[in-house]
Amino acid sequence: MNQINLYKMKKRIIPKRYSYFQSNLAGTLSGFLCAAVLLLNSGCAVDDTQTVAQFTEITLQDEFDTDGAPNSSIWGFDIGTGQNGWGNNELQYYTDRPENVTVNNGVMVITVREESFQGSNYTSARLITKGKFEQTYGRFEARIRVPYGQGIWPAFWMLGVEDSPSEIWPFIGEIDIMEMRGQDPTTLIGSLHGPGYSAGEAISKEYVLQNDRLDTGFHIYGIEWGPDYVNYYIDDVLYNQITPEDLPEGSEWVFDNDFYILMNVAVGGNFVGSPNAETVFPQTMLVDYFRAYRYSRYPLTN
Amino acid sequence: MKNRKNIYLGSTLLMGFIILFMTGCEREVSDDVDFASFSNNPNVFIDGFSAGLEYLPFGGSKLDAFSVDSEVKYKGSASMRFDVPNFGDPAGSFAGAIFPDMGGRDLSEYDALTFWAKATRAGTINEIGFGNDFGENKYLVTRQNLRISTTWTKYTIPLPDPQKLLAEKGMFWYAEGPEDGDGYSFWIDELKFEKLGTVAQPRPAIYGGDDIEVEAFINIQGKIPDAGLTQTFNLASGVNETVIAAPSYFTFSSSDTDVVIVSELGVLTPIGVGTTEITATLGGVRAAGSATLEVKGGFEFAPIPPARDPASVISIFSDAYANVPVDFYNGFFAPFQTTLGGAVEINEGENIIVYEDLNFVATEFKNPTVNATAMTHFHVDIKIDETIDSADFIAVELGDFGPNAAFGGDDDSSSRITFDSSALVSGEWISLDIPLSDFTGLTSRSNLAQIFFISDATISGLLVDNMYFYTE
Repeated sequence: MNQINLYKMKKRIIPKRYSYFQSNLAGTLSGFLCAAVLLLNSGCAVDDTQTVAQFTEITLQDEFDTDGAPNSSIWGFDIGTGQNGWGNNELQYYTDRPENVTVNNGVMVITVREESFQGSNYTSARLITKGKFEQTYGRFEARIRVPYGQGIWPAFWMLGVEDSPSEIWPFIGEIDIMEMRGQDPTTLIGSLHGPGYSAGEAISKEYVLQNDRLDTGFHIYGIEWGPDYVNYYIDDVLYNQITPEDLPEGSEWVFDNDFYILMNVAVGGNFVGSPNAETVFPQTMLVDYFRAYRYSRYPLTN
Repeated sequence: MKNRKNIYLGSTLLMGFIILFMTGCEREVSDDVDFASFSNNPNVFIDGFSAGLEYLPFGGSKLDAFSVDSEVKYKGSASMRFDVPNFGDPAGSFAGAIFPDMGGRDLSEYDALTFWAKATRAGTINEIGFGNDFGENKYLVTRQNLRISTTWTKYTIPLPDPQKLLAEKGMFWYAEGPEDGDGYSFWIDELKFEKLGTVAQPRPAIYGGDDIEVEAFINIQGKIPDAGLTQTFNLASGVNETVIAAPSYFTFSSSDTDVVIVSELGVLTPIGVGTTEITATLGGVRAAGSATLEVKGGFEFAPIPPARDPASVISIFSDAYANVPVDFYNGFFAPFQTTLGGAVEINEGENIIVYEDLNFVATEFKNPTVNATAMTHFHVDIKIDETIDSADFIAVELGDFGPNAAFGGDDDSSSRITFDSSALVSGEWISLDIPLSDFTGLTSRSNLAQIFFISDATISGLLVDNMYFYTE
């Protein structure tokens, strides 16, 4: 809990949270925050006007209950190595082969393999919902068990839909809901990238699990995204909130348009470094479900 | 109904007997009887010995290598100090001890033994771990070659399977020798068992993770090598930590128990002809590595040599006669020798010599050299299991070190007898009885010290038994 800046949150809009998180909130957040939430719930707002956000209406869900290839009405693929290893000198070749991605026993499995393929030494998969599912604001969550090991880089993230073909990253915006370095199995990273605050300058926060790891079980990774904030969650823990005030002076908040979802496991590259002899292959990322909720808000006046 | 009544009656009678028996017994079971419970105290040494902890140094070690140091410590008021002796220290050639709690402790709720350590110089602790109780060492854990530095650093030795450690006595042990001949000191502090929650991704292995194929023989037992039994965990630091885990952590299985049975300690007993695969699990996780054992039948030993008057035989290698002191059965002479192998105990009291990748190899017995002037013959049994090609040969060479009884000095002599392919048969023991007079280049046989087998790689695998000099 020391990861959360409670003071900062107090000043900001505190979205009302849907029931699952609300029930857990009482047990995990401080008494002060707890009291504030309860006040909102009872309708007794402390300010003249409060905006209450709600994320209760599901707009898309994939429970991965049908064995075989991922549902093509939701998921497309990035194939190949992109430009310069997807901009990061990544080493893998992405495919849509069942060897690299399949749905089995209620989970989607992305498998990273060490194999010679089309000039690359590793294969993996990157699923994207571009052109199939795009949304502005909302709650986006997935229940994932991540892989581990030096040079393994799993991610669950979002990119903004271009206004025009000429709009490129980082102007389109990027919300990283979950990424981690396989060699650092206790540390979750959640970030926001945009013009003037991208790559190494991204607005980012690490959340370190105590007495637990990310790769030994499933965790729910989520964001709640509204007009001027992105809240980052793991399981029932809110570990960061990013708002326009956190951006560098004069830079633009580029998170008021449609974004799409990406899920992938990269190998090597600038962010994690290359795998080594200690890295175990194959590695798998398991996704139990992906769910998206609509953002709706209710102005309250007393 | 009648039957039922009888049954009841029977039960009542039985009960009566039991009660009679019980009341007739002097020693009653107390109401307070309870299962033995073991301390779950995680602390081994924080600022002093934890309750029940003892210090027992290894024989041959520097007995006072360990001390409690209140000057140098990571935390609190004291640390464990270990003074590794210099090479040649009369007090002991190495530092090593076990720290048991003979009352036993329940460690099942922990996942690692952790400690902070530093040293006066960068060093590599040969062996460090827990589970050594100078008894069965049933759940011994050994971390080999632990690198330590001159700054306090935390080290983690994972528990291969905590569920096995319900009554563990061995809390800590170590063995370390000089570094490049030099002694040094290292300190260990905050030594304790912990539940880190981040010891994950177990990858046990047997046979070092290799899949090997082995030929086995009925009723000749073997053992899965302890050194190849490992457990590897990925730690929070991202590092893969590997320890050697005792056989009792593993559950071994044989795919065909009519061919080979495997004990819980990894002893393999071939009982029938066929092929079986030996595999294992640890904590429910399948271990990497396996052995495919092919059992063709019983082992064919060399013919047992005849009983002889001890005065008429000088035995170099034989289970039938008393052998003279031998320095080695394979000198691994660099750089030209390729030959691997040496003496092997096939069964208790049944030894042979197995050579592989043979080009040449020497058995040496120079402490003292052998005076075979009274002997007339050299005997050896050899067996070649590969096909014999026409160019194949085996040469037997005897070497005498001369009056100085040492290699060199211009007084050595040697002579070889070559057996070409016409004299060799594949798959059966060949008994050679060579008159010593045939070794014409041997100017003396009063200081014999070497027996060579030479094939120049024409024959790769050679079994040898019953090397001795005798007189008729």
